[in-house]
This record gives sequence, C-alpha cells and structure tokens, in this order.
Amino acid sequence: MPGLNRRDTTLFLIVIALLVFAPFILNPFPEDSGLARFNAGYPDLMQRFVIFGIFAIGFNILFGLTGYLSFGHAAFLGAGSYAGVWMMKLLTVDVVPAIIASVIVAGLFSLAIGYICLRRTGIYFSILTLAFAQMSFALAYSVLTPITAGETGLQLSLADPRILEGMNDSGTIPATNFFGIPMRSGFEWDIGGWVFTFNFGYYLCAAIMLAAFYISIRIFRSPFGMMLRAVKSNQQRMNYTGLNPRPYTLAAFVISGMYAGLAGGLMVAVDPLAGAERMFWTASGEVVLMNILGGAGTLVGPILGAGVIKYFENIFSRLNEADLSQLFSFLPEWLESALVTIAQMFVGDGWLLTLGAMFMAVVIFLPGGIVEGGQRIHTWLRRKPEKKDDTSAAPAATAGE
Amino acid sequence: MGILEVKGVNKNFGGLKALDDVNLDIEEGTVHAIIGPNGAGKSTLLNTLIAKLVPDTGTITFQGQSLLGLKAHEINQIGVCRVFQTPEIFPDLSVLDNVMIPTYAKQQGAFKLNPFAAVNKDSEIQDRAHGVLKDVGLMERKDFESGSLSRGDKRRLELAMALAQDPKLLLLDEPTAGMSRADTNNTISLLKEISETRGITKVVIEHDMHVVFSLAHKISVMAQGHVIVHGKPEEIKGNPKVQDAYLGGAHL
Repeated sequence: MPGLNRRDTTLFLIVIALLVFAPFILNPFPEDSGLARFNAGYPDLMQRFVIFGIFAIGFNILFGLTGYLSFGHAAFLGAGSYAGVWMMKLLTVDVVPAIIASVIVAGLFSLAIGYICLRRTGIYFSILTLAFAQMSFALAYSVLTPITAGETGLQLSLADPRILEGMNDSGTIPATNFFGIPMRSGFEWDIGGWVFTFNFGYYLCAAIMLAAFYISIRIFRSPFGMMLRAVKSNQQRMNYTGLNPRPYTLAAFVISGMYAGLAGGLMVAVDPLAGAERMFWTASGEVVLMNILGGAGTLVGPILGAGVIKYFENIFSRLNEADLSQLFSFLPEWLESALVTIAQMFVGDGWLLTLGAMFMAVVIFLPGGIVEGGQRIHTWLRRKPEKKDDTSAAPAATAGE
Repeated sequence: MGILEVKGVNKNFGGLKALDDVNLDIEEGTVHAIIGPNGAGKSTLLNTLIAKLVPDTGTITFQGQSLLGLKAHEINQIGVCRVFQTPEIFPDLSVLDNVMIPTYAKQQGAFKLNPFAAVNKDSEIQDRAHGVLKDVGLMERKDFESGSLSRGDKRRLELAMALAQDPKLLLLDEPTAGMSRADTNNTISLLKEISETRGITKVVIEHDMHVVFSLAHKISVMAQGHVIVHGKPEEIKGNPKVQDAYLGGAHL
C-alpha cells in the first residue's frame, strides 16, 4: 500500500481479507445445526461490527496515543446521527450527503467541547467530557425536541421535503441508498446447509472502515502521531522542547470526534433512526471498553475489541436455557444440569457479567489487551520450534561421532 | 551587551526571598557557571528564565527581546534550551524518538498538523537525530525504550535532545550530577567540544568544582538568593566572600 511499510501493509491486507470474507467467517455453523445460534454473519450485526470498529479506531487516536480518556464520545456519535437523518429528511435519502454532514457536524461539535475540556488533564478532563455528553443527552431529550424528536427518536417521514429528489407518488418512504443502490440490497447464497448473506450496506460500511483504518495507520506513523505519543509520555516536557501540546491534543480530539460522527452517520445510513440514548454515557463507556479490551494504542486492537463486545452483546444476550442444555446435551444429565445452571448466569440478560469478567481478566492478566495476547502466543509459538531444534541437534551430533 | 540579561529579578515564596535583586549578564559564546551552596536560588533562577516560574519584579532579556510573558514553548523556539537536573525525557518512547521530537520541534515549529507525513521517510530528520546520538554516544541504544536507560544515559539523552535543537543558549542544571568520574569527564569534553565547534552559549549550574573550573569562562556565585560575586575563575578561587558563603560565613 502507498505510504505503508511492509508490516503495516500485511496488517492492512489481513483486515481487508477479514472484512471481505466476513459473511463466511462469521457463519461457520450450518443453518440447521444447534450451533447456528452462534453465527454472527447476518447483515445487521456485521454492519454494527464495522461501524463500531470505526468509532473505536477514532477513539484510539485520542485515548491510545495521547492518553486523554474521554467519557463523552457518544455525544459526537449522536450528533452525527442527528445530522445524518436531517440531511436525509431535507435533501435526499442518498447516504452520501448524510455521511458528509455527520462528519462535519461532529467535527465542529467536538472542536467546541474539546476546546473547553482540554484545559484540564487526567480525571478532570474525563469528568468534563462526561458532563458535556450527559448535557447533550439531556438536551436531546428535552429542550431540543424540535430538532431531535425527543423520546420517539428522529426518523424519516413521508412529509419530509427531500428537495433533491423528484416527486414521490409511491406513498412509501424511499429506502436509504448509495447512488441508487439500496443499502439493504444484497443476496443470499445457500450452499449445503450453510446460508451466507452478502449485504450492500455492510460492504459500503466495510469500505469506509478500511479508509478510516488506513488514515489511522498513517497518523500512527507520522510526526503528528509521534507528538501525540509524546503528550501521553510526558506532556510537561513538550513545553520545554518548544512544542505546544494544546493544539496537538485538540486536533486528536477533533479527529476522534469526526470518526465518531462518521460512525453515527453510517448507523443512520443503514437504519435511518436516531435516538438520544445513543448519547448516553454507557455508550461512551462502551468505546473505552472496546479500546482497552482490544489493546489501546495498537493499530488493530480497537477493531478486535469492538468485534468482541458487539458479538457478546448480540449473541450471548440471546442465548437461553434451552440453548445451553442443547449445547451441553452430550454430557451426563447431572453434569449437564449443573453446567446449565452455572452458565445461564452468564448468558441472556447476564451477558454483561461475561463481559465484565472478561474485561477484568484482560486488564489484570493482559494489560495490552487482545493484541498483547496475540503477541504472547506468537512469541511462544516461535520459541517452541527453536527448542525442538536444540534437542534434535544434540542427538544428531552424538550420532555423528 | 550580552546575549542574556537579567536585571533586578526578585522572587518570593511566601516569606522566603528565593531571588533577591539578581543581576546577570551572559556574554555570547561563553560558558557561564553559577555556583553556590544548596538553597542559594540557582535552580529558581534557571526556572524564571524558561517561564517555569514568573519573577515578581525585574526584567529578563534574550537578544534584546523580553522573555517575560512568553510561554515555555515560545522561549524554547527562540533558542533557549534547558537540560534538567532530574532527567526529563519521554520515558515510553524509544531513544531515537526522544531525539526526533525536539528535531521536529526545531524544524516545524510549536505545532504542525501533518498526519500524512511519514517519520521513516524523512531522511533529513533521521540523519540529524542519528548525528546527535552519535555525538553523545547513544547510537547503539537508539531503539531502546528510553525509560529503561541508566541515569547517566538518561542525562546524556537529555543533552542530545537539547543539542538536536541547536540552541543559541543552553541552560544546564548540574549536567554531571550522579555520574561516575569517567562519565563526568566524558561529559566535560563533550560540552567543551560543542562550545568550540558550535559556539553555543551556556549557563551551567554546578556543584562539582572540577567541572566548573574546567569549563567556565566566567563564574557567578550565589548565596541566599543573592549574587555575591561575578568574575573569572581565577578571581573566584581566592575570593574570601565565596569561601565565607561555602563555609557558612554568610550566616555569621
């Protein structure tokens, strides 16, 4: 890839392959098998994987590089969503103006909030961002109802002006599309018990995530990225090195805000509905978890973290007792019922318990997240063959004598 | 007129007079040492020069420009660079990155948004950083995480960071404290060499008289926030006021 070294190019190609073949990779179990519940290869979830991947990649530019922990990034995601729906109401249901507007609006919004919050560092910065995001949430629910539609959420309606579109006599709200290709269009491939779904909306989001990922790699390898790392390492020292950390942190804040806006815009592009709960603090906390779980400050970590969390949220939360007894049905009955009793605390509504336990395990044993886990396995696998070589070399030498 | 002029600077911490009407005149191209017992106000004086502290009264001018009211990074950008007493580095970054950061600061100013430039393709910056690392003898360690260096190496790294910026005025706060005799001698010869080849003006705070007398062209002696004597090394050596200050005579 232009501008990337060999290692980064390899990483980028792996991510491309994963995204392109996601419908296969995420659907490993045949449709009629008991394990089909663990399949994640349906459009809605695949879209969520890549959209939250974008959100997490952007957040990593702020949190992973500069160390500034924002608890308010969901506000930018929400602002992007509202801007996107408004573009679709006012201009056209083509998603392009909506996505562009969501990035710009979120960028301006994060510029204003970042300018104020970045006057403080550490816990005070986190609290300020949290306060602003909760204010945005409350405003969206109450005072700003004319813009946000409050509790019902902002959605398209037949009466919308849509000034860039011709007369609409069909009596239905037109579907969101990309230059005429509907976002929900696609096809299913039924082969030997497996059903693979290919969805246009997913592939558009995946292509945009690749672009976002590419930009993030370039930022990581640029002098700008080096300065952001310097902020995390020793911000005081930067001043005495002739560098002004404020505009660097603000730029990182705005870039990550624009990524959040992009994610919000894509959410409404695939499903044109924006609600205030998208700005709630738990949504901001979720992206922090994604980063830490995957490995903050690494290139690919946030994507992995987003994938794992969204998988648990959507798959584990849907399992019930019957699924569990089916899963453990090969065991003797007393053991099966015992396991089901224990395991059902961790599925269904209890999926947050699974997530919490996993998060604690990662923070305690793998502070570098999933990426660190991967690296440890990698070095462990590499060391093993060398040891084997040593032992096999020794007998060979004696045999030679 | 010198490159740096300090006139009538006072600084109080509560009731304590940390700096009491301090005057200094540093000539361009010289090494000016500031010595004095602990608590004499040497580091406080250096802190006022780089906007780490704001003096209560007095003026500080660098090349005819007042430094008061400028921010720390602005002072650095006009050519005043400080090496700290306890090593101040970017501990999580590699040794090479630590030197590249000030090199970039010199080349592109206090802020530049260049997210699409590639660090590893910028051969000018790379060469410069490598050159400075060679000068201080840290070239073999360039890929180490700088936080893992020994204290002496951290100090050398900090010196490299300052040299990468090619400052006009270099402020050194006890550059050899905590170093072995051999390292001290290396540092002295390095500082001497850069004085001669690059002509950087230096202000050195130092306790080690061996270092002071082998480097300095001029010496100011401070005691209790006050500069008690200015002079050439040979004048300072025999001065009774200085001996009083060091032997506690000032308290009598």
